[in-house]
Amino acid sequence: MSPSRRLWRNRNHPAYWAFIVHRVSGLALAAFIPLHFWALGQALTGEATLQGFVVWTDNPVVKIAEFGLVVALAAHLAGGARLLMLEFLPWRDWQKSLFAASVAASVGAGLLFALNLG
Amino acid sequence: MDQTPPPAAGTIEVSVWRSTGPGGVAAGDGRFETFAVPRAPSQTVLDVVTHIQRYLDPTLTYRFACRVGVCGSCAMVVNGEPRWTCRTHVDKVSADGRLEIAPLRNLPVIRDLATDMREFFDKWARARGQFTGSRTRHEAFAVVAPESAERVQVDLGIECIGCGVCYSACDVVEWKRDYLGPAAMNRAWTLLNDVRDDRQRERLAAVAGDAGCHACHTHMSCTERCPKHLPLTAAIAGLKRATTRALLRGEL
Amino acid sequence: MNTRAQAYLWFAQRASAALLGFFVLVHLVTVIYAVRNGLSAVEILGRTRGNTPWMLFYLLFVVAVAVHVPIGLRNILAETFSWRGRGLDLIVLGVGLFFLLSGLRAVWAVYAPGAA
Repeated sequence: MSPSRRLWRNRNHPAYWAFIVHRVSGLALAAFIPLHFWALGQALTGEATLQGFVVWTDNPVVKIAEFGLVVALAAHLAGGARLLMLEFLPWRDWQKSLFAASVAASVGAGLLFALNLG
Repeated sequence: MDQTPPPAAGTIEVSVWRSTGPGGVAAGDGRFETFAVPRAPSQTVLDVVTHIQRYLDPTLTYRFACRVGVCGSCAMVVNGEPRWTCRTHVDKVSADGRLEIAPLRNLPVIRDLATDMREFFDKWARARGQFTGSRTRHEAFAVVAPESAERVQVDLGIECIGCGVCYSACDVVEWKRDYLGPAAMNRAWTLLNDVRDDRQRERLAAVAGDAGCHACHTHMSCTERCPKHLPLTAAIAGLKRATTRALLRGEL
Repeated sequence: MNTRAQAYLWFAQRASAALLGFFVLVHLVTVIYAVRNGLSAVEILGRTRGNTPWMLFYLLFVVAVAVHVPIGLRNILAETFSWRGRGLDLIVLGVGLFFLLSGLRAVWAVYAPGAA
């Protein structure tokens, strides 16, 4: 719409990054959840089937993906809490710090998960 | 990234969007044309554009009126960000001695830097941006306490100059062409808080849904860019709460 | 879809988000706790089999997810591909039903005491 070649500068501010994190994490979770449900559904045919799947997940690539998903879940949670506060609570300046708090919370959850894995 | 040598001392290198089409609303086709403009103390972006039109190319088309940040007619996209050009100092936006000046985004280009603002203002009307009172001159004045919660909300949003910067900054406007945009909804929000207005149900219905406040993603680009520093995203959040209340009461 | 229905969708997404805020917090804590000594089917099922409170928790969790995901997807599809209208609404309704049914199946799979 605008011919400007520098429009990315218009989007270069914290609330927009928060939006990108929220959208990317949301899409990642929406793609993952059916797999998650399918995997748990393995238990229908018995504990051994589920155990077979659990064993399969015990490789570095899957572990890295799991780490990413935990971070995505925590980020989507924190970002969603931020949005609910912005939309439903009276506007305050401290709400600008919410994005930073969201980032801290999701990184923290990811680290806890990673530390526990080892 | 940029291979061209830095502009000569005392000048600024300005890339200006020029329409190449025949003119008219569809003339979005064009290219950037570069001008060297002498620097001056306290020079504004509008001064730069005016210099080009007066001394370098009289066919350059742009819009301005008051030059002092009151009328809201001179907004353009400067180095990627929509701004009121009359109150934007070159020093502030051009650290590297270069400027890129383009027409406002999300609006049809009439020619060069002038956009057609009709859809922007039509949406104010669609958001029921008109005051509708029921008192006549035979009745007493309405008394609105300046410290009342509603009047305080009105104060926060009332200084809009209709420049279109927020509309141009908003990605949702680009993604949903029927989206009302921040300015129209800020107007609706100030009227919603006007206790004298008696068409509020109609107004809430006008600003609800996918083309209204419920499409806002709280990107906050409008709030970030508004030259009057109006809390536009907060106004839209106010509409979200008001419409939800009405919805749950069966009044939407 | 009329304006009121669109407003309901927005509200349903926020309401489900508020519930999910709680569910996800519990889920994250559980996940981080569960992986501390490595996962095993015995451990997972030992926690869930025949455990009605957990079953109800996951049941509500699945319902909230099945409400929340399709509404978000509808926004993304509308914004990215300028897609509107009945076709879009039916597709995301289908997505919601798919999440609901496959989620309920998963809850049943880890709860049902009978499954060998």
